[in-house]
Amino acid sequence: MRQPGLSVVTLEVNGEPRKLLVASNQTLLDALRATLGLTGTKTGCDMGDCGACTVLVDGVPLLSCITLAAGMEGCSVETVEGTAPSPIHLAFDDQVAAQCGYCTPGFVMALTALFRDHPRASEEEIRHCLGANICRCTGYTKILAAALQAQALLLEETR
Amino acid sequence: MSGPKLDGLEKIRGAAQFTDDLTRPHMLHGSFLRSPHPHARILSIDTRAARAMEGVSAVLTGEDLPTRYGVLPVAQDETALAVEKVRFVGEEVAAVAAVDRPTALAAAQAITVVYEVLPPVFTAGAASEKGAPLLHADRRKKTNILRRVQRSYGDVEAGISSAHVLSSGRYHYPGSTHVPLEPHVALAEPDGHGRVTLTSATQIPHHLHKALARVLQMRLQDLRVVKPHVGAGYGGKSDPFSHEICAVALARATGRPVKFLLNREEVFYAHRGRHPADMEITLAATRDGEITTCDFKAVSCGGAYASYGVVTAYYFGVFLPLPYRLQNLRFDTRRLYTNHPPCGPKRGHGAIQPRFALEVQVDRLANALGMRPDHLRLKNLAPPDSETCNGLTITSNAVEGCIKQATSAAGYGEKHGRLPPGRGVGLATSAYMCGAGHPIHNNKLPHSAVQLLVDRSGRVSVFSGTADIGQGSNHMLAAMVTGELGIPLWDCTVLEADTDLTPVDLGAYSSRVTFMAGNAALEAARSLKADIAQSVAESLGGEAADVIFEDQRVFLAGRKAEGVSFVEAVALAESTHGTLAATGSYTPPTQGSRFRRESVGPSPAYSFTAQVAEVEVDLETGSVRVTDIWCAHDCGKALHRGIVEGQIEGSVYMGVGEALLESHLFHASGLHRNPSILEYKIPTVHETPRIHSILVESRDPAGPHGAKEVGEGPQLPTVPAIANAIFDACGIWLEEAPFSPDRVLRALEQKEREA
Repeated sequence: MRQPGLSVVTLEVNGEPRKLLVASNQTLLDALRATLGLTGTKTGCDMGDCGACTVLVDGVPLLSCITLAAGMEGCSVETVEGTAPSPIHLAFDDQVAAQCGYCTPGFVMALTALFRDHPRASEEEIRHCLGANICRCTGYTKILAAALQAQALLLEETR
Repeated sequence: MSGPKLDGLEKIRGAAQFTDDLTRPHMLHGSFLRSPHPHARILSIDTRAARAMEGVSAVLTGEDLPTRYGVLPVAQDETALAVEKVRFVGEEVAAVAAVDRPTALAAAQAITVVYEVLPPVFTAGAASEKGAPLLHADRRKKTNILRRVQRSYGDVEAGISSAHVLSSGRYHYPGSTHVPLEPHVALAEPDGHGRVTLTSATQIPHHLHKALARVLQMRLQDLRVVKPHVGAGYGGKSDPFSHEICAVALARATGRPVKFLLNREEVFYAHRGRHPADMEITLAATRDGEITTCDFKAVSCGGAYASYGVVTAYYFGVFLPLPYRLQNLRFDTRRLYTNHPPCGPKRGHGAIQPRFALEVQVDRLANALGMRPDHLRLKNLAPPDSETCNGLTITSNAVEGCIKQATSAAGYGEKHGRLPPGRGVGLATSAYMCGAGHPIHNNKLPHSAVQLLVDRSGRVSVFSGTADIGQGSNHMLAAMVTGELGIPLWDCTVLEADTDLTPVDLGAYSSRVTFMAGNAALEAARSLKADIAQSVAESLGGEAADVIFEDQRVFLAGRKAEGVSFVEAVALAESTHGTLAATGSYTPPTQGSRFRRESVGPSPAYSFTAQVAEVEVDLETGSVRVTDIWCAHDCGKALHRGIVEGQIEGSVYMGVGEALLESHLFHASGLHRNPSILEYKIPTVHETPRIHSILVESRDPAGPHGAKEVGEGPQLPTVPAIANAIFDACGIWLEEAPFSPDRVLRALEQKEREA
């Protein structure tokens, strides 16, 4: 078995500067979970199909399971651990939008990016955003309600 | 009651620990070599190259773990790794533990197996033929029929021959799978003294505990099974699995922790999903719409191992009369062995498929009678406190209210038959059990038990063997106990599903947890309350019967100001009784069925559901969009509105997936055609309709605070309600799910030809 090469990557994770030794084939998901112990980001499919591993890279939602850690040089990565506490959390809690909770961090990250960039996103735009993440428990009903409530709370905060 | 869920924020913030979030020092990673053949004899296995690889600690094959197991005592037909034969593509043949996942994967692939390929069996016809290759040749019965159930109640022949109207149909329901977002995962840790702890994403810690002991030939007391947060199951994590057994075996072999995390493709092979079913049904009715008789046949290609398949064969038939007042019922159901990944229990186990056939047939009967489908159903409902023709005892029953509220909210009466072409509404009803009345392992022991401890801060700890898999059973337990004691929900810790710490609960299946563990929790809380009440009554100079627990105060009725705080009450009681603890347990009552031999189907109570679906069918492309579903569900008493609605919404969602998209497909070679979330289509937010939950409360006399199940029942009517709505929209009866554009177009073309 040929061993993958190693490289050092300098990046920012949840606002803190980090230097990581990563293998050339290591995913960002694996680096976050195994190397940094940030296990809030979940492994659902490991093929970019489900959205459970969504993190923000320079503010943009990315699927960390199909993103190589070695490509993160100079990037700013945000995970669910870096978001606390936010109106998105409160709204998810209030609406009981997390059942098993495995997909929830991915949804929280996707909505964090959406409302940062488009605080007044329409319901249709919110649904479009949620379409990138799979939830198998809730039928999305309470997630959508939580997203709308979170948006209202966020808008109130910035008023 | 509503408000945030006990474990909500920790999940939302990513702090909740799931099995794969756990790592241990010196931990090894497991991987499998799986069968490339659907049916083959293993001639030889060469593991030398794998064992020689750097970083490989241990390799196991079938001969290391030859003891058979299976979740049902009557069907112990699995081995952790294939012994002598493989029976489906993807079956586990060898297991490896290595220093990391890539090494484990590479080592598994370095194992060489020589197979003699055998003819596979993929269809009911091929499985049933005389001289068909046998999947399990050493069974006493030399057939591929795992179980055939034939029952007749009343007089079906007379019912059919005296009927004014007969309505018959043939239906096919496809296999489908759960797709929990968390893949199956298990971590085994040896303690150095011969004990092993297995932490696993399981719905059945208790049954898993037993299976591990059996296969590994260990004493139960040398094994500990722990279930942390589980990324859902829907029935898919209700069997003991190969990776769980191999994790423990490899941990023992190496003396090191071993973790198995299945990849998404492997989750499709673990399967235990919905049984596909070919069904025939005949309903007989009088001219004025009294449905007297149901005659039903089903055959299912259930895959290579039994799993719960014996029970499935019963469930196909036993729930058919509910919620109707049928006089005559006959069913003949067969669950076969075929060379596919094993089917098992998926949400609404064994009841989803026949409900599709029955409820579509009821609408066809209404059509033949010239009656509105809701009127026909309302005319035939079984009343509360009655018995079905096959001896199921109905207690609380608000199905009539469910139908009336769902149809009223949906505007069914105004819309049915009156919407523009391509749009329609459909109705279906159902009922489901609140736990099986008889346990898997026949004994007289409690099905659920709860222990309570109170510390001097007034914090209560609830110990329960239940498995919260996201449905919220921990919240339910905490709410039951704190509600009784008059203390805040957040002053309660639930410690669950740890065989070292918690009393046995049979697990999260057959919608049993709220009803059974809820009752056990109430009993424990009331017992604790009695001890505290006695001490407080003595101290305040009153009767224990008059002591009230409310707002963290304990006082005599009408004298709240003179009472003591809960913490003081606990201290008073501890000084009298010693350290405070209490237990409660639940055993279902003996069912009073006239049919003594029937042990599958009886339940202490049944939930009832009615659903209306509204659809838009594109008559050009055949694509179906479900716009709305109104689901009225009788869960007895909603203990937490948000959690109950969440179960309804999740059930309906899963039904919509099965109605429109989901199908477990195989190539002619037996290879799975769609083992990924991309290829196995499940609904995103875009395919999910607006779901309107309507709670109808019947207050079950035996349910905890009157509660019944809500986790599975609401899925039952979804698929037939959508099928019936499609008929209303465009005049076609779809007899095969999912209702994909090609099937819709074919049916539309056929309708045109016939016109």
